[in-house]
Amino acid sequence: MKKFINDPADVLAEALRGIQAAHPDLRVDLDDRVIYRGDATRAGKVALVSGGGSGHEPMHGGFVGVGMLDAACAGEVFTSPTPDQMLAATKAVDSGAGVLHIVKNYTGDVLNFEMAAELAAAEGIRVESVVVADDVAVQDSLYTAGRRGVGTTVVLEKIVGAAAEEGADLDAILALAQRVSENGRSMGVALTSCTVPAAGKPTFDLPEDEMEVGVGIHGEPGRRRVPLASAAEIAKLLVDPILADVDATGPAIVLLSGLGGTPLIEQYLMFGEIAPLLERAGVEVKRSLVGDYITSLDMAGIALTVVKADDEMLRLWDAPVVTPGLRWGA
Amino acid sequence: MAGDATTRDLIGWIERFHDLVREHQAELTELDSVIGDADHGSNLARGMDAVVAKVQADAPTTPADLFKTVGMTLVSTVGGASGPLYGTFFLRFGGSAGAAEALDATALGAALRAGLDGVVARGKAAPGDKTMIDALTPAADAWDAAAASGASVLDAASAARDAAREGRDSTIPLVARKGRASYLGERSAGHLDPGAASTTLLIEALADALATS
Repeated sequence: MKKFINDPADVLAEALRGIQAAHPDLRVDLDDRVIYRGDATRAGKVALVSGGGSGHEPMHGGFVGVGMLDAACAGEVFTSPTPDQMLAATKAVDSGAGVLHIVKNYTGDVLNFEMAAELAAAEGIRVESVVVADDVAVQDSLYTAGRRGVGTTVVLEKIVGAAAEEGADLDAILALAQRVSENGRSMGVALTSCTVPAAGKPTFDLPEDEMEVGVGIHGEPGRRRVPLASAAEIAKLLVDPILADVDATGPAIVLLSGLGGTPLIEQYLMFGEIAPLLERAGVEVKRSLVGDYITSLDMAGIALTVVKADDEMLRLWDAPVVTPGLRWGA
Repeated sequence: MAGDATTRDLIGWIERFHDLVREHQAELTELDSVIGDADHGSNLARGMDAVVAKVQADAPTTPADLFKTVGMTLVSTVGGASGPLYGTFFLRFGGSAGAAEALDATALGAALRAGLDGVVARGKAAPGDKTMIDALTPAADAWDAAAASGASVLDAASAARDAAREGRDSTIPLVARKGRASYLGERSAGHLDPGAASTTLLIEALADALATS
């Protein structure tokens, strides 16, 4: 393992110190491992709290700021944060207008946020939750953990963050969050595994001439392993399952995220393959974002997210945002 | 009465579980890297380090206090799915113990059952889903059967340990339906479930602690 670390056990604590040093407009609670906006929540504004395992940067801490999240709880690498972190964040950002928990659909995240919401409710804070489950690589069923939450989370945090900034109430925020969640689909592919610092070696072995189709963002293997293909063929492997899963025709916000170890030049090359496939299928790419937004440590791979968007979602997408990870319009 | 598990014995259980988790940490992480996300061993070890430190500091005098401390510490230090699941197990286990100062075979069986029910309620898994339930359910069943036939806590614990091991091994051919391994679908078959493996360590630790008490 070659990494820019001191001790595998200190990676998260030391990275949080670096985030504080790089972004003085944020407040990082190093004990609770929560990243907050520097200013207190405006009275009457619904607060947005997200969080999850670390190793997906810039998500979630990089999306804290004006027009997006009020707080993000950082768990250990690929491990959900704990209920006491989430409770501390929820109490700190509630202005009295209530708090929305934005949760990615993983067993650990869901269980810990559930416990935190129960604890917050016991303290008189109104908490609603949206669970993002957009990964079409996972067969959904009543009898499984369901689909994973991936790229749609980023789009949701941006859109809902803008609505909260405009003063929408918690009911409206929850309805909007569910609408974004229901309209988003994602699919990922990996050329390499990733290396969790505490494990010290790649999570899985992937030969030079093979790739994993349908990977998540935790180094868990995908649904199938196939021979390495050309960019044009891989683009189809990403687009087809999304279009087969949902009627995505009409305006859409499209995110192509690198998984941490893929150069931007390849990401743009892939977007050049993907955009025409989408347009040909009737998906109007109204807004797009290409880059490392939801990553899996050092995994070479990309994930495509398509969110079918109405006028309100597009307007909120364009609204000002000032965070380390997304910044425009301000 | 002689032979009942005292708070001291139960602290011994927790310490022995800590030792076993440390001993098998790499193995648990290895199992988790095959069908999960390669962190089960390190997360549980971090949680049990904190538990042992907290139990030493608090020096609980009843089983209920002990398991409340263990459960809350796991919930607040482990994260992932194992934090709430193991935490809920111990919180319910302690709740079942009530004000008793020592637990006989029947009371320990009831506590084990309460813990199991808590894990099922929190995680919504059923037997055969390839989870910790697949080791814990047969363990609780074997404990109850032994206790009903008048076995000592030690004999009941041995029966539960054997049943947990069998249950753990039964997860190998299963296709995971809960947790992160479920994303693999059919590819999860052929591998031991890391949660069932660590749960078996938990029951082995109980049998070990009672044998040396």
